[in-house]
Amino acid sequence: MAENQKFFHSVYLDKDKCRGCITCIKTCPTQAIRVRNGKAHIIKEFCIDCGECIRHCPHYAKQASFDHMDALEGFKYKVALPAPSLYGQFNHLDDVNIILTALTMIGFDDVFEVGAAAELVSDATRKYLASHAEPQILISTACPTVTRLIRIRFPELLDNLLPLKPPVEVAAELARKRAVAQTGLKPEEIGIAFISPCPSKVTAVQDPLGIPHSSIDVVLATREIYPLMLSAMKEARVNPIEHCLSGKIGVGWGLSGGEAAGILLDNYIAADGIENVVRVLEDLEDEKFQMDIRFVELNACPGGCVGGVLNVENPFAASSKMKHLKKYLPVALSHPEDFPFKTDMELTEEIAYEPVYMLGASMLESINNMVRLEKLMRILPGLDCGGCGAPTCKALVEDHIRGKGDIHSCTELLRRYYVSGEDPFEVLEEENNL
Amino acid sequence: MSCNDSLHFQYVVSKDDFTHAGSASSDVKNKLKKMNVDASAVRKVSIAMYEGEINMIIHAYGGTIDVDIYEDRIVMCLKDTGPGIANIEEAMQEGFSTAPADVINLGFGAGMGLPNMRANSDEFNIESEVGVGTTVTMTIYFT
Repeated sequence: MAENQKFFHSVYLDKDKCRGCITCIKTCPTQAIRVRNGKAHIIKEFCIDCGECIRHCPHYAKQASFDHMDALEGFKYKVALPAPSLYGQFNHLDDVNIILTALTMIGFDDVFEVGAAAELVSDATRKYLASHAEPQILISTACPTVTRLIRIRFPELLDNLLPLKPPVEVAAELARKRAVAQTGLKPEEIGIAFISPCPSKVTAVQDPLGIPHSSIDVVLATREIYPLMLSAMKEARVNPIEHCLSGKIGVGWGLSGGEAAGILLDNYIAADGIENVVRVLEDLEDEKFQMDIRFVELNACPGGCVGGVLNVENPFAASSKMKHLKKYLPVALSHPEDFPFKTDMELTEEIAYEPVYMLGASMLESINNMVRLEKLMRILPGLDCGGCGAPTCKALVEDHIRGKGDIHSCTELLRRYYVSGEDPFEVLEEENNL
Repeated sequence: MSCNDSLHFQYVVSKDDFTHAGSASSDVKNKLKKMNVDASAVRKVSIAMYEGEINMIIHAYGGTIDVDIYEDRIVMCLKDTGPGIANIEEAMQEGFSTAPADVINLGFGAGMGLPNMRANSDEFNIESEVGVGTTVTMTIYFT
């Protein structure tokens, strides 16, 4: 991976639309956004591509970069990888094959369900749990935002990450093998396009963790493919082709708790929504769960992947529709023992801690900066109003200490100066010898 | 750069305040995470201090926790105002508990508090006098 690819992000700002309000800085779970000179800037080291800013921006200024259909033009054979959450986007469906057939009518030569690969990952997870007593608690690596959150904020939990590839990568590898076998083309002539519910999957393809490079060539957004599919759905309903390789387990992966259900154990925790994810990770880190837990499934989006910001349908409606769709499906349709293609399931690279929040390069510098931080915190009003462009007073002070911000941008202290005529910053500097 | 001797924080822990239990240890943990302290030391600190904090809430009449962070170590001094421990040796045994039933219902009171505190500390000292209070001092070195 080239150094400039590190901390690549799909989430970006459309400067023309940004009004410099504080909505995004307040909703960002990693405090990765600052409003500077009237525009919201993303601090790339802190951003985990969760998409919360996209979800909340009232001016639609926060966007996700993804590929478009024309990115597939150079490939001789095009395979779509639909995420299970795609199935929840359409109305009045009782057969997954209708969706898969519609994909073959809008420009794809073949379809390989991420849900099918998910069932193989579920099987690999069961085997991994059975053969590894340690660590006692394994955390899913399927949601790239969660993995990125752990690598910057929860270093002690890195050893608990399940070292298996996410289903989307397994799907890409198997889809390419199958396409090569069916067409006789070279692997590089096959274009593998994932239809993604979220920006974090775009990031995971550009800058994957745990594997040297992604096998996915193109990442499309569900919301961009959706209108194309809608027009094909009517015809697809008439005579759907049998493509479906995923059962209850595979489809269930698109919903919170689905991955955990697939390991067929009941001593698991499944949390969704980034705030809940943070809470579970905090408690895991502190060993606060006084119960037997073997597996932890965490999804950054509310409801699981159905809550991804690149989806179209209301996540709760999508969830209901997916439950209906999988109701009469077999438990699983893809099994490793008779699946015609194989690939390695395990991650091959270590996921390393990225200490982005450090206050100093050494312990001594950190202590001195922490002392400064405590002093400066006593001077700031503690309103966490966001007026300075940082989400909290503490974030402003940390920026100041890191040389990335200035406490003189505190609007409340400026207001007090205006009212009293007494310079609060002068007092600050005198009192604290700063 | 001038060297401050240590970074000092004090936390006040109130008796029976379960809803805030763990907030002091969580605060210290989040500070250490920004301070070049290795992850395993952070974990030991947060577990040892959390157990101590819970003990002060369950068994004691509340108290204070003084935390001093140095370049190479952290010292946590937990001081409560009673009732004190009559038999320290017994209290240090794994599984020994005097926690009341309502506390056990909350998932606490397994008799692992003091043993866990000692297990996670590099230096551990406990002094107690019935009717006066208990002081636990724990030191954890950063590697």
